[in-house]
Amino acid sequence: MTEDSIRPIIRTEQLAKRVNSAESPSADSPMNGELILLHDINLTIARGAAVTIVGASGSGKSTLLGLLAGLDTPSQGRVWIDGVDLFALDEDGRARLRGAMIGFVFQSFQLLPNLTALENVMLPLELAGRRDAREVAHAVLVRVGLEPRVHHYPKQLSGGEQQRVAIARAFAPQPKLLFADEPTGNLDRATGTRIVDLLFELNREQHTTLILVTHDETLARRCNQRLTLDAGRLLVAGSLADPLIDPIINQGNAA
Amino acid sequence: MNTFALAMRMLRRDWQAGELRVLAAALIVAVTSITAVGFFTDRINQALHRQANELLGADLLIASDQPLAANVRDLTRQHGLHSTETLDFRSMVVAGDNTRLAEIKAVSDGYPLRGTLRTAPQRFAPDAPAVGVPAPGTVWLDAGLLGPLNLNIGDAITLGEARLTVAAVLTHEPARGGDLFSIAPRLMLNAADVPRTQLVQPASRVRYHLLVAGDNAQDISAYRAAITPLLKTGERIESIEDARPELRSALTRARSFLGLAALVSVMLASVAIATATRRFVLRHLDNCAMMRCLGAVQRDITRLYVYQILVLGLTASVLGCVLGYAAQGVLVNILGSMVSAELPPPSLWPVVSGLLTGMITLLGFSLPPLLQLKSVSPLRVLRRDIGAPQISNLTAYGAGITALAALMLWQAGEIKLGLYMLGGTVVTLLALGVFTVLLMRGLRLLHRHHSGHNSVAWRFGMANITRRAQGSVVQVVGFGIGIMALLLLTLVRGDLLDDWQKSLPADAPNRFLINIQPDQVAPIRSFLANAPAMEKHGKPVLFPMIRGRLTGVNDKPITPENYTDERAQRLVAREFNLSWAADMQADNKIVAGSWWKQTDPDKHVISVEEGLATTLGLKLGDSMQFSIAGSEFNATITSLRKVEWDSMHPNFFVLAPPGAFDTYPASFMTSLYVPIDKPDIMNALVKTFPNVTIIDVAAIMAQIRQIMERVTLAVEYVFMFTLLAGLLVLYAAIQSTLDERIHESAILRTLGARRGQLLTGLFAEFATLGLLAGLVAACAATLLGYVLATQLFHLPYTFNPWLWIIGVTGGTLGVGLAGLLGTQFILRQPPLQTLRNA
Repeated sequence: MTEDSIRPIIRTEQLAKRVNSAESPSADSPMNGELILLHDINLTIARGAAVTIVGASGSGKSTLLGLLAGLDTPSQGRVWIDGVDLFALDEDGRARLRGAMIGFVFQSFQLLPNLTALENVMLPLELAGRRDAREVAHAVLVRVGLEPRVHHYPKQLSGGEQQRVAIARAFAPQPKLLFADEPTGNLDRATGTRIVDLLFELNREQHTTLILVTHDETLARRCNQRLTLDAGRLLVAGSLADPLIDPIINQGNAA
Repeated sequence: MNTFALAMRMLRRDWQAGELRVLAAALIVAVTSITAVGFFTDRINQALHRQANELLGADLLIASDQPLAANVRDLTRQHGLHSTETLDFRSMVVAGDNTRLAEIKAVSDGYPLRGTLRTAPQRFAPDAPAVGVPAPGTVWLDAGLLGPLNLNIGDAITLGEARLTVAAVLTHEPARGGDLFSIAPRLMLNAADVPRTQLVQPASRVRYHLLVAGDNAQDISAYRAAITPLLKTGERIESIEDARPELRSALTRARSFLGLAALVSVMLASVAIATATRRFVLRHLDNCAMMRCLGAVQRDITRLYVYQILVLGLTASVLGCVLGYAAQGVLVNILGSMVSAELPPPSLWPVVSGLLTGMITLLGFSLPPLLQLKSVSPLRVLRRDIGAPQISNLTAYGAGITALAALMLWQAGEIKLGLYMLGGTVVTLLALGVFTVLLMRGLRLLHRHHSGHNSVAWRFGMANITRRAQGSVVQVVGFGIGIMALLLLTLVRGDLLDDWQKSLPADAPNRFLINIQPDQVAPIRSFLANAPAMEKHGKPVLFPMIRGRLTGVNDKPITPENYTDERAQRLVAREFNLSWAADMQADNKIVAGSWWKQTDPDKHVISVEEGLATTLGLKLGDSMQFSIAGSEFNATITSLRKVEWDSMHPNFFVLAPPGAFDTYPASFMTSLYVPIDKPDIMNALVKTFPNVTIIDVAAIMAQIRQIMERVTLAVEYVFMFTLLAGLLVLYAAIQSTLDERIHESAILRTLGARRGQLLTGLFAEFATLGLLAGLVAACAATLLGYVLATQLFHLPYTFNPWLWIIGVTGGTLGVGLAGLLGTQFILRQPPLQTLRNA
């Protein structure tokens, strides 16, 4: 085992997010004026794992996802992605890191409406300066079964097809990490199942680490690690299905 | 990453999605209007500079009211320069039973020294360069004289006492490019025939020109330096640097006025651009957040949008320049022939200024909001409610407003005028804005008190206006300005002319007779007394007219340079018409001092018109020195008079008691009313007294009307761009509220609103906007018309209800229908789809 494969893909330390609550009547008291979205989170996620973040609405799932992906900045604490201190980087540095290592799949697909399926998949490759963007994008679209639809615009595709484009876009640059936020939330059950199958297939093929936010219990059960959030606190460590993976979950202040 | 290629791909997509079309259209309208005016004024400017000697007919000319002294001519020979002389005056031309006023030019061999004369052998025949000048005994006539006089080549005409043969049609003449500054068509004859006509008498108004040309510029400047000290007052040099001063000042005015009219379009286009950009930015927040997620750094985002906007801006600006070039053709058609028969092609400067205007406007109004896209939070992909950068109006559009102010200063051409205009614009916009806000408040009150009577649809439409108050005010002011300009140019202009004509009595004199010689006074009196249908209009009074130049005030010599006022300079440079009278005219009124008594022995007193006294800074007791036919006349001002100039009776700035001018040469003039159906009386008069010049007031009025019509047509044309820009503001505003409107209409339809109700609501909203704009326009046009009539033209103001009827109905229907057209497709979207996507 190389050092690279031992190092966890994600590690957090005392990660917390608080926001000023506009509704708060007393601005001079910081405790009253603040809304705590996430309490100190300490976690480690091993390379190649499939992790699900579950919890009720408003429990802080999306906040945690946003912080892990460097889309938002924490109020305190640190996040290391593949050994890189995420918040030691500036906004553009984090964007570069995302471009190099991270893929996203969202509930609302988030395709650029003015670009075709192919162009949407090409976008992250082009942003990374890849010259073979068109070929790679085309190949990934073929892989997700959208060959006949490559030149269609998002508007001309069904929800399931749009999500396939989004998945193709996420996997095209061969990210080390894939964040998926309710990827089946806008889809019917049958389509959702096919999308999840595709997600896990690609995850296995590319040996990507998958971090999934979902309400869908069947989907959550397919992951080998579960992080449960309740009112911003991390509650339960997930099960270990694969002996190669050794996630260390520190419940921190959660108790 | 190849940002440029990606930017172009996104530009193509955004273009196809229609998001950038309003922005591009606004830019095209702005650049087209600026370059159309730019190309047009540039061509005239070039004509003035490159063809200056062609416009002069020489390299330099000396113009004078009196025959030039021999030493001036001798000097020309001493400097080894070519020269020729011309005489210009107005006279009647008689052909058979017809008479016509003509502008006569007597020329000698060598004319013109620069440029060519062109003639045709017949009317409508192709013309060719003329050989020499008209031979003695022959004349060349403008086609405008041949027709009315029913003449053909070879026919005879009478000019004064001379009979001459028509030898050719004069089609082109240097120094007479356009018809803007002439009141009658041209007759050209050989200077050798002038004595035979007996038209040039000591007191007649003749312009003498000495045309000079040399083989090189040094000779001309040496000559100019030598001749300047020899010139007397009333003798003026025109060279290629200052040729055609009247054309130059007209051009300067046209450039600032048309340029500013075009700038109004640019201003409105800027509003459209700002609105369209705002929408573009809002619609691209998600895209930017997504690209940030996918690893785009801020610089990538900035570049992506700056490339897009630059390429779009350049393309639209270039297109605007091309359209502007096409559009200037229309301006040349309307106005060009008034200046010069053939205008040179334009230079590239208008293109430069068009591109600059386009880019400055675009960058000023769309770059600041676009640049904020880079700071979109990538977190927006997870939570749509956050991450929209706050676009403050002041910081975003401060740059644009500064850019517009700079454009205005640039267009005005000089700082003082520019600041003046800038101030005027700000005050006007603020006043219109405040007025609009008040109107909207009134509307809301009215609406609140009568809401029971209004249908849901109307209530909803009206509510939309007040809800989007800021945008509504901008739209109302924009349309208001456009409608106001058109109302002013069409209705108010016509009203002012009509008011003036109505203010004249029906039998106000309609002909002026001038150049009557002293020995013709009694015969003309008896001719008119015996003429049929003339007796009942009273005996015409013949006034003596002595031409004199003002040389001093209170024994101090004066020259035009002593005055800063343009009118004062002109008055001092030209000759005055002086007259004498025993009794004051009925339509004059003494405002200071007293009229002389017949027993008063002092002949060296004068009565001065009060307007002239104000212009020249004269008061009672001041003395004025005139040079009359070479000798000095000195008199003291003993009274100031108020004169009704538009009574159409002969009136004089300066009057003296009888006998004061006995030793000076005089001619006589009068004005009289000739019944419309008896024009033959004047033909008979000219045949009997061929030297008498008859000026037909109606013909001159018709010409002034024609010139005004052409000028206003040109200005209206430029204001069409303003209306177009106004429409774009409306469309940009509609677009920016489209998502909101689609959502609203989906909800309303789900709640059971019928299509007709929704359409009525939309029409109500836009029609009310148009109604407000029409009210603002009619109000402003009425106010301006009132100020123009009472303050500038001193006419009784007549209220024109059409101003309000046309302004308000035009605004209501025009804007109402345009708005409906831009929004009705909203109703075609299935509500379920809309609600699901929201």
